[in-house]
Amino acid sequence: MNFNKSLQISRSLSKSLLIKMYWTMLKIRLCEESLVEPIIQGEVKCPCHLCSGQEAIAVGVCASLDEKDYIFGTHRSHGHYLAKGGGMPELIAEIYGKQTGCSRGRGGSMHLIAPDKGVMGAVPIVGGTISLAVGAALASKIRKENRVTVSFFGDGASGEGVLYESLNFASLKRLPIIFACENNLYSTHMPIKECRSKNNIFEIGNSFCIPSYRVDGNDVLKVYELTKKAVEKCKENKGPVFIEFMTYRLRGHVGADDNIQGNRTDIRPNDEIEEWKRKDPLKKFEKFLLENGFLTKENMEIIKKEIEEEVRNAYVFAQNSPYPEKSELINHVFKE
Amino acid sequence: MSRKLQYSLAINEAIHQMMEVDSSVFFIGQGVKSPWYVGNTATGLLEKFGSERVIDTPVSENAVTGAAVGAAIAGMRPIIVHPRMDFMLYALDPIINEAANWHYMFGGKSSVPVVIWGIINRGGEQAAQHSQAFHALFAYVPGLKVVMPSTPYDAKGLMIAAIKDNNPVIYIDDRWLYKTEEHVPEEPYIVPIGKGVVRKHGKDITVVSVSYMAVEAVKAADTLKEKGIDAEVIDVRTVKPLDYALIFESVKKTGRLVIADVGWKSFGFAAEITAAVCEKAFKYLKAPVGFVTLPDAPAPASSALEEIYYPCSDSIIKAIEGVV
Ligand SMILES: Cc1ncc(C[n+]2csc(CCOP(=O)(O)OP(=O)(O)O)c2C)c(N)n1
Ligand SMILES: [Mg+2]
Repeated sequence: MNFNKSLQISRSLSKSLLIKMYWTMLKIRLCEESLVEPIIQGEVKCPCHLCSGQEAIAVGVCASLDEKDYIFGTHRSHGHYLAKGGGMPELIAEIYGKQTGCSRGRGGSMHLIAPDKGVMGAVPIVGGTISLAVGAALASKIRKENRVTVSFFGDGASGEGVLYESLNFASLKRLPIIFACENNLYSTHMPIKECRSKNNIFEIGNSFCIPSYRVDGNDVLKVYELTKKAVEKCKENKGPVFIEFMTYRLRGHVGADDNIQGNRTDIRPNDEIEEWKRKDPLKKFEKFLLENGFLTKENMEIIKKEIEEEVRNAYVFAQNSPYPEKSELINHVFKE
Repeated sequence: MSRKLQYSLAINEAIHQMMEVDSSVFFIGQGVKSPWYVGNTATGLLEKFGSERVIDTPVSENAVTGAAVGAAIAGMRPIIVHPRMDFMLYALDPIINEAANWHYMFGGKSSVPVVIWGIINRGGEQAAQHSQAFHALFAYVPGLKVVMPSTPYDAKGLMIAAIKDNNPVIYIDDRWLYKTEEHVPEEPYIVPIGKGVVRKHGKDITVVSVSYMAVEAVKAADTLKEKGIDAEVIDVRTVKPLDYALIFESVKKTGRLVIADVGWKSFGFAAEITAAVCEKAFKYLKAPVGFVTLPDAPAPASSALEEIYYPCSDSIIKAIEGVV
């Protein structure tokens, strides 16, 4: 990490914001990692796409938003949901298929929602929510709400035509939307070089006259700073903005690792994985906070203990919750 | 002699053999070089035929399906695979507006010999967007053929037939069938598109089934045999063009009909068969038609709901007992 740059950014931020971001990042990490054993044991049955390693993006982006701002997500959205204020008990309950889950057990890990926190919906169809996010931004523009929408999507979604249609339309109508592409260099088993002639996703925005940036997605301070500026632009009616966040997933595409169907199918080279482990966003931020005296090791231990307690409680909540009633199978198809 | 082969490997063998004999056949789609998506249906293809003819793609269903359709128009015989049918919805334009209409709207001057292969991959708490079966939607469209093999033998024979067909064929398989195994001839052969088969002969009731439900229907019939009910099980194998004659003939004999589908109840496969029987074989019916389908609701995640969402042989038994 470029410490000078980060220090510079951090000077403009309150200590409480720094701690809040750290807290949320650690919360996401511990929550994600808590799922690993239950997934391996088969206790968690729904497909889980863990976001370990990508927390800085969810946290840095959402820290720059207000509660009323909207986000839309993907199959890998536990972090987005938590960072925007979605409840952990309802997340874990959803993953366990319980009635108390954020989607009442109908959606599982890949369908998260918390409308009162601005989490408008995360779904696993790649690119599926990009145009919906454009629509939400359109709605807030029509209603003159001064509200920003963030569309989270992966590098893989840059293959879908709907992204380009959405960029054009959002630009044409100057919609208050941030296109937030998390480039973790892979779309399932496909490395980005097999998906795009050039690893240059952020440049896509330029062709639609959308200010476009690329930033280190493993540096929460840089993520925050850039997104904050993008949010301001949107609120001044100068949206949209496109941001590409460079990152890497520390877990498998789906599940604990990529060891699916008994074959070692992770085609990611070991040294690449090791290199990115060294760039772990949480470790980076921890180091920064320690070296600059924002937090001590003891502070961090206390925070960790509190989060561990929160995670434990989320599981207790999920375990004590009922499954959906069988008689309610076809409820919710239509709103009454 | 009696070599057994898994359903998924039967598909694989069909593709191998067709790519060997016909250089215009190529295989394209997401995951064709990874077992993550298409199971072992693509085993050995990339190694044998190279990346010119076995093409893994970015996540671009619309463009890639369109490209397969375009290549077919230009004289190739592509197989485009969608590891889940749900993802195919991005490709509805090239499939329906273009491929299905093409031959007709150009007065028969150009044809589209493409296989559009969509895998049903449901259960496992994957929920609404990863569980859907759209055979009825495609069968609704003039110009598309729709096949749904339920056995390894048919999986191979229908894939070869689909590749050889001069029209767009929607080939739909189900991951729940992948591990089933039976005798599959080593040499290439065709299962004719448009021909159903009687899986079990009986005289008391006709069960018209498709895809995975054909397996469940045979199970149900075996159980009912012990209870003194002699059910005839038809596996349609092809949804469109449907083998109506086979169904009418059976209903004529049994006078009773239960339909077992992997899709939703309303406006679908079961509704079509009911309509056809009412139209052409009404006088033979001695009882109302029984339905075994998904309820008209999206797939839930929670296994507590999945358990009752997906019908099985018990559901078929109940439906049969309801009309005999
Ligand atoms: C329309 C569609 N096509 C294919 C898939 C299968 N799929 C699930 S995740 C994924 C990769 C997405 O990669 P990316 O957008 O980079 O997100 P990441 O998994 O890396 O977070 C694919 C192809 C899907 N869910 N939806
Ligand atoms: Mg990716």
